[in-house]
Amino acid sequence: MARFHVDLPLLGAVLVVCSLGLVVLFSASDQSADTLTKQSIRMAFGLFVMLVLAQVTPQTIQRWAPGVYVIGIAMLVVVLFFGTGRSAQRWLDAGVVRFQPSEIMKLAVPLTVAAFLCEVRLPPHLRATFIALVIIGIPAALIVKQPDLGTAILVASSGFFVLFFAGVRWRFIRNASIVGLAAAPFAWFLLHDYQRQRILTLFDPTQDPLGAGYHIIQSTIAVGSGGLYGKGWLNGTQSHLEFVPERATDFIFAVYCEEFGLLGVVVLLAAYSLIILRGLVIAANAQEMFGRLIAASLVATFFVYIFVNIGMVSGQLPVVGIPLPLISYGGTSMVTIMAGFGILMSINTHRRFISSI
Amino acid sequence: MAKLPTLKDAELESALFRRRLLVGVSAMLFGIVILLLRLVFLQVLSHDHFTTLSHDNRLRVLPIPPPRGVIYSRDGVVLAENRPSFSLVAAAERSADLMKETASLGELLPIDDAERSRFEDQLKRVRRFEEVTYKADLSHQELAVFAVNSHRFPAFQIRTGLARHYPLGEAFAHAVGYVGRISERDLASIDENAYVATTHIGKSGVERARENVLHGEAGFQTVEVNAQGRILRVVDRTPPIAGNDVYLSIDVALQHEAIAALEDRDGAIVALDPNSGGVLAFVSNPAFDPNLFVGGIAKDDYQALRDSPRRPLFNRALQGQYPPGSTIKMMVALAGLETQVREPAATTWCPGWYSLPDSEHRYRDWLKDGHGHVDLKTSIARSCDVYYYALANDLGIARMHEWLRRFGFGQRTGIDVPGESQGLLPSPAWKRRQKQEAWFPGETLITGIGQGFMLATPLQLAYATSIVANGGQVRIPHLVDQIESSGAVEPIDAEVYFRPPVTLEDSSRWQVIVDAMVEVVHGDRGTARGSAHGAQFRYAGKTGTAQVVGIAQDVDPDDQELPEHLQDHGLFVAFAPVDFPSIAVAVIVENGGSGSRAAAPIARRLFDLYFSDRSVAGFAGD
Repeated sequence: MARFHVDLPLLGAVLVVCSLGLVVLFSASDQSADTLTKQSIRMAFGLFVMLVLAQVTPQTIQRWAPGVYVIGIAMLVVVLFFGTGRSAQRWLDAGVVRFQPSEIMKLAVPLTVAAFLCEVRLPPHLRATFIALVIIGIPAALIVKQPDLGTAILVASSGFFVLFFAGVRWRFIRNASIVGLAAAPFAWFLLHDYQRQRILTLFDPTQDPLGAGYHIIQSTIAVGSGGLYGKGWLNGTQSHLEFVPERATDFIFAVYCEEFGLLGVVVLLAAYSLIILRGLVIAANAQEMFGRLIAASLVATFFVYIFVNIGMVSGQLPVVGIPLPLISYGGTSMVTIMAGFGILMSINTHRRFISSI
Repeated sequence: MAKLPTLKDAELESALFRRRLLVGVSAMLFGIVILLLRLVFLQVLSHDHFTTLSHDNRLRVLPIPPPRGVIYSRDGVVLAENRPSFSLVAAAERSADLMKETASLGELLPIDDAERSRFEDQLKRVRRFEEVTYKADLSHQELAVFAVNSHRFPAFQIRTGLARHYPLGEAFAHAVGYVGRISERDLASIDENAYVATTHIGKSGVERARENVLHGEAGFQTVEVNAQGRILRVVDRTPPIAGNDVYLSIDVALQHEAIAALEDRDGAIVALDPNSGGVLAFVSNPAFDPNLFVGGIAKDDYQALRDSPRRPLFNRALQGQYPPGSTIKMMVALAGLETQVREPAATTWCPGWYSLPDSEHRYRDWLKDGHGHVDLKTSIARSCDVYYYALANDLGIARMHEWLRRFGFGQRTGIDVPGESQGLLPSPAWKRRQKQEAWFPGETLITGIGQGFMLATPLQLAYATSIVANGGQVRIPHLVDQIESSGAVEPIDAEVYFRPPVTLEDSSRWQVIVDAMVEVVHGDRGTARGSAHGAQFRYAGKTGTAQVVGIAQDVDPDDQELPEHLQDHGLFVAFAPVDFPSIAVAVIVENGGSGSRAAAPIARRLFDLYFSDRSVAGFAGD
């Protein structure tokens, strides 16, 4: 294969967001060169994974997906019994590197669901839909058990998106929603106390301003006090005086808003929109159903990252551990997201000129 | 390639996918709009609100206490000042094992168990970097002990502040008063905002009376803190405004002379400048060390002061109520002249006793065999009681009450320190109200010689004497002479101390009683004739002797535990020089015997000092 497969518009938009990320991380980490170096290394590794995956054909990916899925499930089970982590068992220590098997499922689940749906007639009828839900449900349940609600949401929604784009009937979606809402009170009892507290806190953060509500109140203050133009790079008082919690990781958007204001937010959302638009174009132009479903699902999941993270930082959604993609400090999700973009590139660049029907 | 699925319709599936993609795009667009709207709401519409919250978060306003105004005597001697005080504080974060450090520090600088548990409690409650006081107001020795061992106690550090100090100690305890920790009761009467940084407040004397002048205004510093509350830097500082300095009219040399002259007998001395009303000396003996109260007095010390039979905490000059005895006779005589009940030359026959017309009861003169024919001048010089029994009977209680009232008896003088007693000037109306009893004629007689129900404070006696000295001009007694404000010392307008004078129909009558008072000390037969011997100036006085047995019937319960041995109180009032009086004094020596022996020599000593050339003698307020 002489040709080097890469999608330049997507790569460009990703690099723009990564650069903004490094700029704000420098501030959020209190100008730690060490943090910046580590993050840059992760980005480089992520870009490497992205470009490697871009060279793999979608057909290969489709073939390997179920296998990766099964291995992933196995690792999740292992993590549940032998995993490490401070408060939740998410990590698997593989000697050299530690990683979260749940991250693999963010890709393996949509790929497997898509590969499965490509084998059936679309729109999927009840039996196929049910099988797809089982494929989604097993890993999601294992991840919730860790417990890692944020990742479980992302894994589940990436699978649901495949189903949605595959055309699962509205009637089914409606009925499932009704069942889901009816089951919600029961689900409440399955949540951990801290998860319940986060949801309660969302509705009234002031009831516990120094406890669970503290994160939301302080990050909202940071966002609001940023105003139109922001307090300036490195000048965010909320952030630098340690009022904003987790300011380099999940709450880095609060730092960004405080220092760059609404204007900076518009720039960032525009850059994100470029990535999403490019992904949608790739999805729309994909030749095969597998590529379409995967591209659309990955883009939609990417959007969920953004929406949930910003919604959480600005006090609209409960605090769940979902990072701001490409910007939050931390390794595994960055690599996963980049890998997803690699698959997008692969879909867009491996075109067959003769349609094979 | 994949196995051919059953009946897959590529066109249909593509169309379905495109529709779904459109729905997806719309949903994402909607989501982004929602996020943007929320951010516009937070960052534009609510920006001001959140800016305020952000400021409140990072900025704390810390009050700075103002230095209290200094109190000086009229001759510039410091009576109350602010001295650096050192306290030992600890912060948990500075030490690996604070409890161990505290234990070994306890061997070096012990504190009692209550203090220790307070210290440990506070340490548990504050954050690790916050400081807790281990011991306040270290002595110089304690300071030195800690300094040489400080390397062993990294958690502990010395902090400096200002503490009130009274360099002359006991001598001015009853005049200057003292400050103490702000109590719950004090909080009710002050503006808490003004006192946010202040720990002490005036509790008595001038310290309390002039609290608003002495206190000053708190300063503020705005500091930036992080989320844990640690101070990172000072953003802004408004320095406190020091309290104004206060200058008293008290003369330190005179005050010390008065204390020395009392020779540690219980009693009180008040000296006034009759022209201004300024207090020149204000002594109540015994006294206490006001410095004990500043740091919070130890329980044992306080109990010792409170339970001492000599009652050092009691301000006799201001609150002590004594039968004035013969010291009011010249005023009763003046009433007789003004009401034309008596002529100066008219004599009363004194056989040594007096009886009311329809009564067998004999009211005795202090001189058993009597004074013979007594005119007004002799009646004062010899302090003849019979003359005043007769005069009181002729005047009646109503007129006598009226005249004594003009000299301030039975009312507070209005001196500028709190807690003054008003004494007691009896009248039939008062007796009906208080005792539901009728007034007896005999009570009029003994009121005429300052006995019976009548009570006066030493301050009231000095006040009345200064009115006599001043030819009826009345000045409100005051300790504070001048108040420094914004660097300049501004004397208080003299006229604020003016009261309507005591006017006579014939003002030459003042001279009549003053001449008689001169006779008391300078005359051959005056009751205090010995005390003026060798004086370089002429002065006027009046002795008095109050029977302690008599007071036991009707004084406030506080006074009843007072004298164990029931000797008389010696009283003396005087002013000098006669022609241009510049000092009036009242002296009371409890259980000192007669006024002429116990009290009159003290007044003489004060006058001698007051009129000596002190610019040569100089004065160092030790």
